[in-house]
Amino acid sequence: MSVTTVEPPAQKPTVRPQRKNCRPKPSGWWMPYALIAPAVLFVLAIQILPMVIGIFMSFIKLTKAFIANWGSAPAAGVANYSVSLDFNSAVGKSLLASFFVTCGFTVLVVGLSWILGMAAAVVLQRQFRGRGFIRTLFLIPYALPMYAGIIAWKFMFQKDTGAINHFLFDNLGLGGEKPFWLIGDSSFAAMVVVALWRTWPFAFLMLMAGLQSIPSEVYEASAVDGAKPWRQWRSITLPMLKPVNVVLILVMFLWTFNDFNTPFVLFGNSQPPGGDLIAFHIYNASFLTWNFGLGSAMSVLLLLFLLLVTGIYLIVTNWRSRRA
Amino acid sequence: MTIRTLTAAAAIAALALTTAACGSPSSSPSQASEGGKTLTYWASNTGTSLDNDKEVLAPQLKKFEEKTGIKVNLEVIGWNDLQTRIQTAVTSGQAPDVVNIGNTWASSLQSTNAFLPLDEDTMKAVGGSDKFVKAALETAGAPGQVPASVPLYGMVYGLYYNKAIFAKAGIQPPKTYEEMVSAAKKLTKDGQFGLSLRAGSYSTNAHFAFLNSAQNGAELFDAEGKPTFTSDGVVKGVKRYLDLMQSEKVVKPSDVQVDSGQGVHEFTAGKVPMVIGATIDSIIQADGMKADEYGVVPYPAPAGAKDIASFPAGINLSVFKNTKNKDGALKFVEFMTSAETQKALNDKFGTLPVLKGAAPTFLADTEKAKVLLDIYANRSKPLPLVAAEDQFESTVGKAMTQLFSKVASGNTVSDEEIRGALETAQQQVAASAG
Repeated sequence: MSVTTVEPPAQKPTVRPQRKNCRPKPSGWWMPYALIAPAVLFVLAIQILPMVIGIFMSFIKLTKAFIANWGSAPAAGVANYSVSLDFNSAVGKSLLASFFVTCGFTVLVVGLSWILGMAAAVVLQRQFRGRGFIRTLFLIPYALPMYAGIIAWKFMFQKDTGAINHFLFDNLGLGGEKPFWLIGDSSFAAMVVVALWRTWPFAFLMLMAGLQSIPSEVYEASAVDGAKPWRQWRSITLPMLKPVNVVLILVMFLWTFNDFNTPFVLFGNSQPPGGDLIAFHIYNASFLTWNFGLGSAMSVLLLLFLLLVTGIYLIVTNWRSRRA
Repeated sequence: MTIRTLTAAAAIAALALTTAACGSPSSSPSQASEGGKTLTYWASNTGTSLDNDKEVLAPQLKKFEEKTGIKVNLEVIGWNDLQTRIQTAVTSGQAPDVVNIGNTWASSLQSTNAFLPLDEDTMKAVGGSDKFVKAALETAGAPGQVPASVPLYGMVYGLYYNKAIFAKAGIQPPKTYEEMVSAAKKLTKDGQFGLSLRAGSYSTNAHFAFLNSAQNGAELFDAEGKPTFTSDGVVKGVKRYLDLMQSEKVVKPSDVQVDSGQGVHEFTAGKVPMVIGATIDSIIQADGMKADEYGVVPYPAPAGAKDIASFPAGINLSVFKNTKNKDGALKFVEFMTSAETQKALNDKFGTLPVLKGAAPTFLADTEKAKVLLDIYANRSKPLPLVAAEDQFESTVGKAMTQLFSKVASGNTVSDEEIRGALETAQQQVAASAG
């Protein structure tokens, strides 16, 4: 049986050289596969393996009693998932709260970053003196080492010694008590500001690059027809930037939703409820309590959610573009 | 064709093997030591800075090398990172040979089975368990189990006060909680506050949740190891500590962001007359305050409550089970806990001796050392020696940080709210322990 299954493909290569004389060595057909094999294996090892291990971990009871020897960890079934998703218990309730905080955070940061980035890119599209300087200035937050930037913000947000309260209350003379920025409810606002500061230059950079590819004739022609800047932006810039926007918003969404560094550096290990982003929440749930099974279950849930959102997003944007 | 297929398969397999070999972690440098000539040692930050620790330890490590021929590769790790580093080491198996641990972690780290159990024979190799002070040895692991660490440095909490400010206001060092509050109230004026707390540090907050509960006679875990955070004694204890900021208003609200040594710096700068800290003498003096300018008393309990001022805090020494140089590691533990090394290190670090009969001579100030040693020996109650102790610290400590945040932002925290927060913490501990 196996001979017959091997036979047909074996004949094809022998036929082909007769048709195409430019390939005299059919014997090396496996060479390309062998050459790309290491790359494929590396991709599997780097991308898929951790994911598979993570999914595996979410089904075992990997607490500190078993962490030194994974093999001995007992199976947990879906216990880790049911604990995470039991919204009446402390664990599930806090996970849900963290999820909502993260959603709000993502919408605000991605939305505002896009608006700021678009505005700056459009304004800086015109040629004027000092344009290069301003472009560089806007890109600085993106170029700064992330930790250094966020630590600087952390200092600025201190209650008594921070630059922000000093500016608002001492320089501008705002009345009332100086607020805490990094604890309590204001921490959400502080975190959004820092993330926005860090994210918008990326939107700016991408949109600026996208704008370069729109031919200036289109604008000139529309100006001749009497189109004002707003109309030009709406009818030319926006549609022609669509491919850029689709990718940009998706990438910013994924980055922001998974943001770990901003809350971690701003708040350290004791995150306020308003600064409890989900990636950070999962880290705390697994590293502070040594319960890696539970943390993995939460990660898998996060992965599923992001896959779902990304899938829907891509289907909707593709469908729209096909209709258009 | 079959031969070709086979060759292809073989080639791919060969490549796969190569990549697999590349991908597999090579043995860690610490354990690649041949013939027991090197050891890797992770030290905690005990001195005034990481560099200070290196300076203090270097001569001792050199002495050890001269004595045994074993070179010790030292890495000093800050407290913020130490637990994560140990965790990674436990998880990956790429561990140092010897490591310092906070002694409150001893039972929970013991339950990971990643550390060498120090049974009778092993204990003999490091000098026998008899040489340690009983209170110190009790922190080495869960009761009834073979310990997985030995005591290295002893520490206790104390209430440090500025002698000049107290003399000027005509106040005696407080002996009870009430006296502490009234002294602090008297000294809270002109934008200055009477007492500084490390209210932004979850571990410190958890320690004081424990201490104030213990003063009330409440236990955090029942006999079966189940958390009992919501009992009246615990709620009232937590409330008493929060009230220092909330109702007594003797603690600066922005102390809620203090999670390291800022309070001590304010103390040495004369900006706050009292600070609570765990054997912080070396830091105070490195900051420029002279030994005769400040005093220390036990953290006071309310009149009529149990006289518990601290727990036997400190740092223990553990050996990783998978060390390739067990004999060398045990020799090193023996050396570090020998009378001579102990004396040299305790003097420099300002920590308490863990050896029987050793005199507290640290920093040439025997007066304060005596007070601290008395707290250590007579007024200490160990933190719960259960595997979930670290989870108590992280959950209750964080809950307290949140409660402090509310107080600092001008809200009032009631008994019921505290009970609710502790209930959440209790559920979290139960969920992850279960």
